[in-house]
Amino acid sequence: MDFLNAFVALANYVLVPGIAYGSQLALGALGVTLVYGILRFSNFAHGDTMALGAMSAVLITWGFQAIGLHLWVLPTALIALPFAIMVTIGLLLGTDRLVYRFYREKKAKPVIFVIVSLGITFIYNGITRFIIGSDDKNFADGERFIISARTFKKMTGLEEGLAIKTTQGLTVITAIIVVVVLFWFLNKTRSGKSMRAYSDNEDLALLSGINPERVVMITWIIVACLATTAGVLYGLDKSFKPFTYFQLLLPIFASAIVGGLGNPVGAIAGGFVIAFSEVTITYAWKKVLGYMMPEGLEPDGLVQLMSTDYKFAVSFVILLIVLLFKPTGLFKGQSV
Amino acid sequence: MNETLKNTGLFAIIAALIIFTGFQQSWNAALLIISMGLISSIMALGVNLQWGFAGLFNVGIMGFVALGGLAAVLISMPPTEGAWSAGGWGVAGALIMGAATIVAAIFTMKRMAKGWLRTLVMLAILVGGFFLFRAVLDPSVAAIEGINPAQTGYLGGLGLPVILAWPVGGLFAAGAAWLIGKTALGLRSDYLAIATLGIAEIIIAVLKNEDWLSRGVKNVIGIPRPVPYEIDLQNNVGFVERAAGFGLDPVEASTLWVKLLYVALFAGVLVLLLWLSQRALNSPWGRMLRAIRDNEVAAEAMGKDVTARHLQVFILGSAICGIAGAMMTTLDSQLTPGSYQPLRFTFLIWVMVIVGGSGNNFGAVLGGFLMWYLWVMVEPMGLWLMNMITAGMSDGYWLKDHLIESAAHMRLMTMGAVLLLVLRFSPRGLIPEK
Repeated sequence: MDFLNAFVALANYVLVPGIAYGSQLALGALGVTLVYGILRFSNFAHGDTMALGAMSAVLITWGFQAIGLHLWVLPTALIALPFAIMVTIGLLLGTDRLVYRFYREKKAKPVIFVIVSLGITFIYNGITRFIIGSDDKNFADGERFIISARTFKKMTGLEEGLAIKTTQGLTVITAIIVVVVLFWFLNKTRSGKSMRAYSDNEDLALLSGINPERVVMITWIIVACLATTAGVLYGLDKSFKPFTYFQLLLPIFASAIVGGLGNPVGAIAGGFVIAFSEVTITYAWKKVLGYMMPEGLEPDGLVQLMSTDYKFAVSFVILLIVLLFKPTGLFKGQSV
Repeated sequence: MNETLKNTGLFAIIAALIIFTGFQQSWNAALLIISMGLISSIMALGVNLQWGFAGLFNVGIMGFVALGGLAAVLISMPPTEGAWSAGGWGVAGALIMGAATIVAAIFTMKRMAKGWLRTLVMLAILVGGFFLFRAVLDPSVAAIEGINPAQTGYLGGLGLPVILAWPVGGLFAAGAAWLIGKTALGLRSDYLAIATLGIAEIIIAVLKNEDWLSRGVKNVIGIPRPVPYEIDLQNNVGFVERAAGFGLDPVEASTLWVKLLYVALFAGVLVLLLWLSQRALNSPWGRMLRAIRDNEVAAEAMGKDVTARHLQVFILGSAICGIAGAMMTTLDSQLTPGSYQPLRFTFLIWVMVIVGGSGNNFGAVLGGFLMWYLWVMVEPMGLWLMNMITAGMSDGYWLKDHLIESAAHMRLMTMGAVLLLVLRFSPRGLIPEK
């Protein structure tokens, strides 16, 4: 039995990728949950908002790379991020002005909003593909690893290597910063408090003089920041491909619902629950078990519970279980 | 203008558009548009049942359509020789064991007192059942996929007439709809949307990856037809003579005849379903559904079981989509899991229903034909538009190449824009609900 090697293998294949993926899902789910809390509909366009934001970042990054602007060992995309956020903010506010506001004034049913957001999804998706094409685009640069597997092996003398990609480290650090700032904003500032008040009880908030249009505007700005950041981090970590973001919708919604729609803490918890379930269920445990099991009892097969093609099924099943047993989510979300 | 005249006029415009295509391109193309238009109309009828009658938002049409396609394979393909004896029974046994595990878990949940012991027992049943399931399934699957993988490598079907697959496709879709409806109905309306989005992705993932069932991305080709093959017709002396009587050469006549037969079959199904939908719409059941849609609380106060009615109509609508899916696979004579995309099979159908007029069955049929026609035409039109825009640019200029290349993505934007514009400016659609 070799606990140390087992643990390193586990960290390398499950913990590190799980934390990075969980942070990305958490950022995405925060955006969905905020739209749900304030505007009261499930925003199907969120995945493609991420794609559009990431696309602007890719284009700006290419521009910076062309003029030779680099950020030492970090990816150039980090300098491009604020500019990409600006683009996304403009886009979302424009969409709200042109499309959503009309239905808000009419007090349309939530399901109409959902259909409208589906229409927006396809327009965003069309724009993304129209501008950048549907192929894989690479925009990551800088140092690839914080620790590469070989350095780790040399340092520790262990059989197993632990590799941490720069993008993974970056994802976690950025996610922590974003979440801290977001919670500070929601809990400490006047605008944040008015947002929470509006989310809790619309009529009371209106009575106390909160301007709903301003709350909605701030929400879209925050959602743009979250979506672009999540999109860029996901694109850096995996690779940028327009249609993957539509497929991310399911795990993102699952995270938001598992945590409790409309509840920001829940969105973060939900993101990690979904990410770790996905990674642990689709990971082939042969290596880890090989170290853990006594001699001669090592497993023959891959010990993979499900093939990676079914990772969406994992989030779906968790979603179904939560809907069946606890429709308000783990942390109490808004009404069912 | 009176209403019937307006509606007849709208259908006449579509007929004229298709006839124009017939003269301008070819009658084969026109007949193909008609048969796909018929299938699209059936899907739109199903969605109209859910959305127009009951206000349920289903984003998983693609999945139900794909299940119908799977039914076409499982019913009509000849069984693969030796596959059942090699692993078919093993797979069947594994699936039964999987189902038994879930039933046992549910039974435990219902019978045992609440507490940590119950959770533990349930977990043990589920985990143990899962490993047993995999232990039986994996070798059987490997055995099946090992049989002549380039040609078959799957279980095959029952070798029955393909028409039988149409109702079976409906049953498959109804089963999936029951599962989704049971969990997500009765909660917020958004949850149904998200759950259906999920089941559609999973059904496609299963079709793509379970090679023993559907050959996965290797596709099943050559699904038997309900109509004669062109080559047989061309060798049939009587047919050739009749074709000559119309002044057609045998090759063209045979392709046209086959397509006409398909159109007749599909039109029969559409008329039947349309008649049933109209009957449902004007029955007490239909009125109750609309009452629930317009005011759920009031309907519930009148003693109507809202969730049960929703479940009923959701299953019925999905079953219709399944039937249409089986018909489409029959028309294509092949199942290609890679070709199922949400834009084409979920979103387009939605646009059809909303453009045609949600809540009106004739509207759904009209929308089905109109949007299918546009769908076929948008790409050449987009290319033409891009060629016009870039006409002034020199060849090889990057923007010109890029724009012409991107014309293929015009569909996404056009469909999104059509949906948003109709929802905004004419939310009741072309033929509004009465």
